[in-house]
Amino acid sequence: MMNTICKLVAGCLFLAGAAGTAARVNVVATTADFGAIAGAVGGQFVSVTVLAKPAEDPHFVDAKPSYILKLNRADLLIEGGAELELGWLPPLLDGARNPKLAAGQPGHMAVAEGLALLEVPADLDRSKGDLHAQGNPHFMTDPENARHAARRIAAGLAAVDPAHQAAYAANLAAWLKQLDAHAAVWRQRLAPFAGARVVAYHDAWPYFARRFGLKMDVFLEPKPGIPPSPAHLAEVIATIKREHLKAIIIEPYQNRRTAETVAAATGARLVDFAQYPGGLKGTDGDYLALFDRLVNNLAAALAAP
Amino acid sequence: MKVRLCWCAAGVAVATLAAAEAPPADNTWSNTLQELNALKQRTEQLEKQVREQVAPAPAAAAGRAYMNAGFDVLLNAGWSTTPDLGLYQPGDHDPSQRGFSLRNAELALDGAVDPYFKAFANLVFKTAPDESTELELEEAYAQSTALPGNLQLKAGRFFAEFGRENNQHPHVWDFVDQPLALNRMFGSDGLRQNGARLSWLTPLPFYTEALLGVFNGQGGDAYSFRNPGDAGPDGVTRLYGHATAARDLRGPGDLLYVPRLATSFDLTDAQTLLLGASAAFGPNDTGPDARTQIYGLDAFWKWKPANAGAGWPFVKVQSEVLWRDFNAGADPAASLPDERLRDWGLYAQVLWGFTRGWVAGLRGDYVAGNSGASAAGNAQRAEAERLSPNLTWYFTEFSKLRLQYNYTHVVANADEQAVWAQLEFMIGAHAAHKF
Repeated sequence: MMNTICKLVAGCLFLAGAAGTAARVNVVATTADFGAIAGAVGGQFVSVTVLAKPAEDPHFVDAKPSYILKLNRADLLIEGGAELELGWLPPLLDGARNPKLAAGQPGHMAVAEGLALLEVPADLDRSKGDLHAQGNPHFMTDPENARHAARRIAAGLAAVDPAHQAAYAANLAAWLKQLDAHAAVWRQRLAPFAGARVVAYHDAWPYFARRFGLKMDVFLEPKPGIPPSPAHLAEVIATIKREHLKAIIIEPYQNRRTAETVAAATGARLVDFAQYPGGLKGTDGDYLALFDRLVNNLAAALAAP
Repeated sequence: MKVRLCWCAAGVAVATLAAAEAPPADNTWSNTLQELNALKQRTEQLEKQVREQVAPAPAAAAGRAYMNAGFDVLLNAGWSTTPDLGLYQPGDHDPSQRGFSLRNAELALDGAVDPYFKAFANLVFKTAPDESTELELEEAYAQSTALPGNLQLKAGRFFAEFGRENNQHPHVWDFVDQPLALNRMFGSDGLRQNGARLSWLTPLPFYTEALLGVFNGQGGDAYSFRNPGDAGPDGVTRLYGHATAARDLRGPGDLLYVPRLATSFDLTDAQTLLLGASAAFGPNDTGPDARTQIYGLDAFWKWKPANAGAGWPFVKVQSEVLWRDFNAGADPAASLPDERLRDWGLYAQVLWGFTRGWVAGLRGDYVAGNSGASAAGNAQRAEAERLSPNLTWYFTEFSKLRLQYNYTHVVANADEQAVWAQLEFMIGAHAAHKF
């Protein structure tokens, strides 16, 4: 208890100190990909808080009361939208009572707006699994969509902090240049595997597959959000064996043991993937470093004999 | 889109026919038909391409309707050693009889009213033992979205924010029934009234919210307050043996006040603690100056690792302690003096989500009261304890199956054992859960 009280007092002092230094734009991002880009584009003028932990399932984040406070004090909220945060963001916003983050205000940004999402269901029918009415929300797995996100985030920052508009524009240009350079390498690295079929646990990677000419249509989940069943896994194993598929991508919050079983039964390799910077070690706060790792990990598995 | 394509196809067909008429050489009907068929095929091909390229508009989507609607049903089935469950399962949404019982089918509606309010309404259907249906307007309230000063106003009919479980809906509960202590203080259906509540998010560096609810405090849903109780064979209404008389509001002091303070800390990235202190003050119907005070403390702790998948694994611990001081007015006709009925109760529960979709739980319940002058009142306020292990299987977020065993001991009554299965299924919008 004493320890907690000490921490609280220290926290108060720290906050008081932080408030004294500079009026940075308080940015809250729901996931670490937006947080990383906001940090790169905002630079010294922003202070970024990310709600979901990098290795956490973004569909099932707990609406912790501490997040209410973070949102209460935010100048800009960046969410993915397209229902990714539907299960936890609304009650947080209710509690936060921050007029800057009201729907339609410049302080509340949904990055998915303006993007053509994949897999928009023709009809809403939950017997097909837990579908997203507005399309697959894992759009940041396509670096081209990260370009869109960076532009939108720069515009969002300029809207809430017009004084530093020029700095945001310059940072954006610099980051996009880096993205271009990295993306050229990624394309080159994966080019030899065009058309390759890759197995995934959850259907989170259609954008990645489309960008790099891969086919990701075999999933350990029988339907989105429905846990793997033995019968379905047997089918997946048969497909992998029949087509000699080489890679099963697995994310930190997915059931690794299930994926390991499938890998052991088929000889396919497990490839560590993560959607969010920090989800793989050494990629904290860096979208480009994360994709370097994803591309290298996947290319290594696909190149295996 | 389809209509336009058809017109295009028709146009192309007519043009082709016209063109075909020009060179009269060896033109036959069969040629024309062949051409038409080819065109038809081509049109179908194009239509197919267009369909594949352009994603169809979704039938409905979040943010595309002015109101979200969800319908959630809890069906109980099971057996108890005693057929008369009133004493052992006092909650209105608890399993109410041997065999099947359906005590909670709720239609939940919510949406933004305008830029200043959001609204929520909950209509609950309950089936009685004779399988007739009761309908109640459980909640209907508006909540402000644009008040300055970190304030928020809620007004309408709603569950008072007292403790943790009182304002949770049954489908959020971790057990098939409500804790005995809550039933003792708030009756069978929770502390729920017409009224208003103001909340303030304090400027402290950790989450701290102060709330004050003001309610009428009347009827069975304000059980310990201006509640007439049940009518006896003589037509006199009594609560805990004391005759009651309806009291009108004589002033603001006769309203029910429910203050609450809640605070929360993230102990680590994986552990969060939520603590609260609540109270409820108001008059009761057993005398012109009779009043009731209820106090409560609640604690909730949750562990969920930073790489949890679909919300699993986790451990949740939750406990509430409640005290009540009920001043019962003198009832000379029944030779009952003016007396203070003091009750207290607590429950503690632990839930372990051990593997995706599965949760094992254990709850202990205790409730007791001092001895009053009325034997009937004492029977209603008997000391009781209950132990409830359970196991829940969440098929998805939209359906679950729960199996629970209850061992209940009520002083001066036979011990009760019951096994309940509960199936939940919901359709429509699934409202996000609070922490």
